[in-house]
This record gives sequence, structure tokens and C-alpha cells, in this order.
Amino acid sequence: MRAARIAALLLLAAAACGCSRVEPWVKPYERENIADPIMAWDRDPVSSSYMRHVYEAREGARGALGGSGGGCGCN
Amino acid sequence: MQLIRAFVVALALLPLPAAAAVLPDDRADLMYHYYDGGGVTIDGPSVLVRKKFAEKYAASANYYVDMVSSASIDVITTASPYTETRTQYGVGFEYLRNKVTYSAAFSNSSENDYEADTATLAISQDMFGDLTTVSLFFTRGWDDVTRRGDATFADEIDRRIYGVDISQVATKNMVLGLSYETITEEGFLNNPYRQVRYLDPDAALGFSFEPERYPRTRTGNALSLRARYFLPYRAAIQGDYRFYTDTWDILAHTAEVSYTHPLGEEWTFDVRYRFYTQDAAEFYSDLFPRSDFQNFLARDKELATMTSHTLGFGVAYEFKSPRLSFLSRSSLNLRYDRMRFEYDDFRDISTTGFAPGTEPFYSFDADVIRFFFSGWF
Repeated sequence: MRAARIAALLLLAAAACGCSRVEPWVKPYERENIADPIMAWDRDPVSSSYMRHVYEAREGARGALGGSGGGCGCN
Repeated sequence: MQLIRAFVVALALLPLPAAAAVLPDDRADLMYHYYDGGGVTIDGPSVLVRKKFAEKYAASANYYVDMVSSASIDVITTASPYTETRTQYGVGFEYLRNKVTYSAAFSNSSENDYEADTATLAISQDMFGDLTTVSLFFTRGWDDVTRRGDATFADEIDRRIYGVDISQVATKNMVLGLSYETITEEGFLNNPYRQVRYLDPDAALGFSFEPERYPRTRTGNALSLRARYFLPYRAAIQGDYRFYTDTWDILAHTAEVSYTHPLGEEWTFDVRYRFYTQDAAEFYSDLFPRSDFQNFLARDKELATMTSHTLGFGVAYEFKSPRLSFLSRSSLNLRYDRMRFEYDDFRDISTTGFAPGTEPFYSFDADVIRFFFSGWF
């Protein structure tokens, strides 16, 4: 019962958040450092995709090796 | 063959170059790759070209070749050394609309006993003041498996991958990343050439071999977290962690730290260390008690209990050349990785003078080199 109340409260809070716009806490003019090319998740895709291949070929685990989908939020 | 399947999975797992709200730069990469370890040498070229059109469309193409010369521990103990070539082509398209990038990609991989087609659809969106990028992707793979010297054998693999990737700007100096993927495969998942060994009192060595036999389904889940931090003197440090588990009872942890240090406008140095460890698959054994001991049988060292260590170095030199005036900038890159693989239940049966099951555990080192030229235009 207590868990259900907490869940309802969280849902209500989430719904309330949905009504207001999220203010970016890192302003566009503060993004110089994270826009630096050295901050890219995957600076050289031709090389990183090859290393993924090496790992997949030698190890049992697969997936979620990252390096994708990254925007720096700079634009 | 085994490398080929791994490459197909790796390619399928490689999400599209999804950079929401802006498309990747026009760029061409020409790379030579080289791997040497455990009796296996693989080298060849890779070319990747990406080009934007009207700032909202982008196309990419990739050509990749593996030239394999193998005398691995499996090959020298149960077969004969061989050479083979695998060729892979890939194309990708992206469409950017407002803060959403729609992507599609297709690749084909081909060699004399394995053919694979892979298709991916992805969508990526910037949100929350462009501090968050969420990407979703779905991949289908269709593999045809055959066996050299056996015209009667042909089988297939059907692969589906579902993935989500989130990149989050946490502070003005730190970016966080989260990836989650589910991979399901159905079909002929073992290597048609690989053998398992079992105790055989009638054999001269005390053991014999028989073909391995895997389940026809496998589902794996991988979750990774990463953080990259901008250091005050213009350098970057990154930490990564990945957890993996699957229906074959493989459970793996991966941890990596890396450091990037630019020197002036021209040089960039990278150093990294990666650690990987896994438990063996449920049906793996180095030595089965007898022939046909259980339904599923594996002696693939990639399914054994193992650890690997990777120490990597990289240097990049960026330049502008009058001879390459059509390029806005160029770079030459050299990456070197030294890897060590150690197995806790895979024994080196190329050694002699040991009773079956008492041979030393196998381990090997590998050198991995990428040398590539990149040009932005």
C-alpha cells in the first residue's frame, strides 16, 4: 500500500514536470568544453568499429559497447 | 568462420552514426588494420566515407576486408592451418528533421562458407534543452552458414537486436552515457568445424574429438555506463563499465579507463586500459567425461571462463597540405593495442607429456594495429 502511494506520488510529480519546460542547467554559452573534439564519445568510427570487431571475435559478451548516439548538446 | 560471425554481430551492434540535431562532418577514412595473436594473423583495408547533402541528408559507405591466416590452438589441434578472405560492404542514409535524425543502414558480408546481410533502422532525438540525446535502434540479421567440403550442409541464423542509447550532458565539463541492448539469435550458432574433446581410454592420447553442438537460440542483454570528463588543462578522461548476461549462462564484466591529451593544435595522444572477465557457458567443458555426454557440447575458448587485458596507445597528427587542397584538414593516426587473454578452464592440448585434463591452461598475447588517414572535406 505504502509502495503504491509512493508510486502514485512519483507519477504525479512526473506528470507535473511534464507541464513545465525543463530549463537546461548547462547554458549554451557554457558548452565550450563539452563541444571540444576531444570530448567526443567516438572520435574515429573507422577505428572503434574495428576494435569492437576484435572484442566480439575473442570474447563471449556482446553489445552496448557505446560510442553512439552521442550529441554533446552543443547545437 | 568464427571471426566472420563475430564481425557480423559487431557490425550489427554498431549503431548508426546518430548525432541528433546535426549530421556528422563530411569525412573519408582510409585504414590498414592488423591483428596478430594466438597463431592468427588478420589484416586488410577499411574505407569509410560520409557526405552530407543540403545539411539534412547524409550518406555513408564502407568497404572492409579481412585477410585471415589461421594456425590457432583450435586449428593446430583438430584441423589444418588455412587462409581465407572476407569482404564486407555497407551503406547508410540519414535524414535530419528539426531535432530528430532518422537512419537506415545495410551491410553484406561474404566469404566462402558464410554470407550475412544486416539491416538497421534508428531514430535519435535531442531533448531537454539539447542536453539529452536518446537513440533507439532495431537491427535484423540474416546469415547463411555452409561448410567447406560438405555440399550437404547448409543452415541459417536469424538475428534481432534492440537497443537504446542515452547521452546526457551532466555539467559543463562532464557527459554521461548509457547503452542497453538485447540480442536474440536463432539458428545454427556453433562453428561447423569446431570439435569438443572427451575422455577415451581407447585413444592413444587418452581423449578423442567429436563435433560441438549448441542450442539453436541465444538471448543476451548488455548494459553499459560511461562518463567523460573535461580536465582543466584541456584533456579528457573517461571511465566505462559494462555488464552482460545471456541465456547460455555467460556473465561478463568489462571496465575501461582512457585518457586523451592534445598537444598544441596538431597532436593528440590517447592511452587506455581495458579489463574483461567472463564465466563459462553452461554447456562448456574442456574435457567431457565421455562421448555424447550431454545434449549441448562446447569447447570454444570464447565460451570458457576467461579474462582479457588491453593496454592501448594512440597518436594523431593533424595537418593541412597544399597538395590536398580539396580537404579542409587531414590527420594521420596510429593506434596500437597489446592484448592478453588468459583462460581458466581451457587447456593447451598442444603440449605433450600430460595426462588428459592436467595440461597447462592456455593463454596468449595479441598485437593490434590500426594505421589510418582521415580527411575532412
